[in-house]
Amino acid sequence: MTTDLRRLVVVGASLAGLRAVEAARRAGFTGSITLIGAERSAPYDRPPLSKALLRADAPASVSPFHTEEHLRTELGVDLRCGAPATGLDIDHRRVLVGADRVDYDGLIIATGAAANAWPLGAGVPGVHPLRTAVDALAIRAALDAGKRVAVIGAGFIGSEVASAARARDLPVTVIEAAPQPLTRSVGPSVADVLTGLHRSAGVDLRVGTQVTEVHQNASGVTGLTLGDGNYLPAELVVLGIGARPATGWLRDSGLALHRDGGVLVDATLATRAPGVYAAGDVAHAPLSVFDDEVVRLEHWTSAAEQGAAAARHLLDPDTARPLQTVPYFWSDWHGHRLQFVGVPTADEARVIRPEPEQFLALYRRGDRVVGAFTVNGQREIMRYRRHIVGHAPFEDALAEAGAHDRAAV
Amino acid sequence: MRIVADIGQCEGLGMCEAMAPDIFEVGPEGHVVIHDASPDESRRQDLQAAVDACPVLALTMQD
Repeated sequence: MTTDLRRLVVVGASLAGLRAVEAARRAGFTGSITLIGAERSAPYDRPPLSKALLRADAPASVSPFHTEEHLRTELGVDLRCGAPATGLDIDHRRVLVGADRVDYDGLIIATGAAANAWPLGAGVPGVHPLRTAVDALAIRAALDAGKRVAVIGAGFIGSEVASAARARDLPVTVIEAAPQPLTRSVGPSVADVLTGLHRSAGVDLRVGTQVTEVHQNASGVTGLTLGDGNYLPAELVVLGIGARPATGWLRDSGLALHRDGGVLVDATLATRAPGVYAAGDVAHAPLSVFDDEVVRLEHWTSAAEQGAAAARHLLDPDTARPLQTVPYFWSDWHGHRLQFVGVPTADEARVIRPEPEQFLALYRRGDRVVGAFTVNGQREIMRYRRHIVGHAPFEDALAEAGAHDRAAV
Repeated sequence: MRIVADIGQCEGLGMCEAMAPDIFEVGPEGHVVIHDASPDESRRQDLQAAVDACPVLALTMQD
């Protein structure tokens, strides 16, 4: 390690932030590390919040990755939870936390994303986003109480909440403004299969419509009126309408931000400010494997990978190389595993197997394969990833699909 | 160097297979199958990548 850096500051007690801390120590960094987080708790894992935590038979509690004690003693972290960063001075290399100033030699921004606001339901009891452990525990309690559920948005979060409600045999309505679920993540031509998965599990899926009014009484939300005039009774309304980068604290910093507020970085995760990197949901980075398409990913695997890489590159810039990220997400709907590897921005999404319970689509850009989407394809999805990362011709992925079908017979 | 999988924790998400396909594979039960639990020292970096990439923290490396 070739660095005279003594003070590392990580803003965001997130997965990306934690991985940055761990990677710095693993690389032999012996200087001080300050980890600043807005939430009260030490970093915890978010995927279970909309999956295992909502199951009736799972414990209604959230454990952090490491105890605060472990972070302080084993990783030597000055942990500052429960007080968000409020400003950044890149000229004086200083993070502001309210009235406190935290000086840095190197800074990693990993503040993640915050749930989009929904003004119609602002302040109404029983209307919840699902982003934090506090949100998830409130939704869990409402499900335990058998409330009627309405979900706004048929993306990952909304669809997983709908799955949790149906697993408890609770009625659930999902309201989606687009014509199909998850269109942005998998592309419109394959989203039909997702509509089928919801409807065959008993979800009342209303697409192409929006909520126009939220009804409430003294104890909270009682129902919703939709754009088509229909009324839906509901005592629990879960918002799955996306998230935006949590970068309000960077607004006046002079750091280059995307129009959505995310932090613009190069393929090594460096910003233009000296000693400042960004990682995770907050970062817009070029994807080397996909023609340097600039994307902001909200995926577990990219947050973990980027957090660690940002720390390594910050401590030893001479060895920094463009990340070879291949986006990957998974989601569990009604007992089915959805997996997507690569990118959906393609010239063609070809459905190879249309059967909803063993669905396969492959995505072509020019003559190469850039993406694969499977339902219950745990045994084959990573085979397509190898073709994608290797810039393989589309024909190779088609041959792989044929080979897999023969093997399965 | 030994690699250990907690099968109760594993959800078959396949990131280990992505990092080192000759060592890990998602098997017919939907869990990881480890083809070589004591790989050569030269594979340490690949194995560390697999451990770090596991979204359910089901893998551990022991020296």
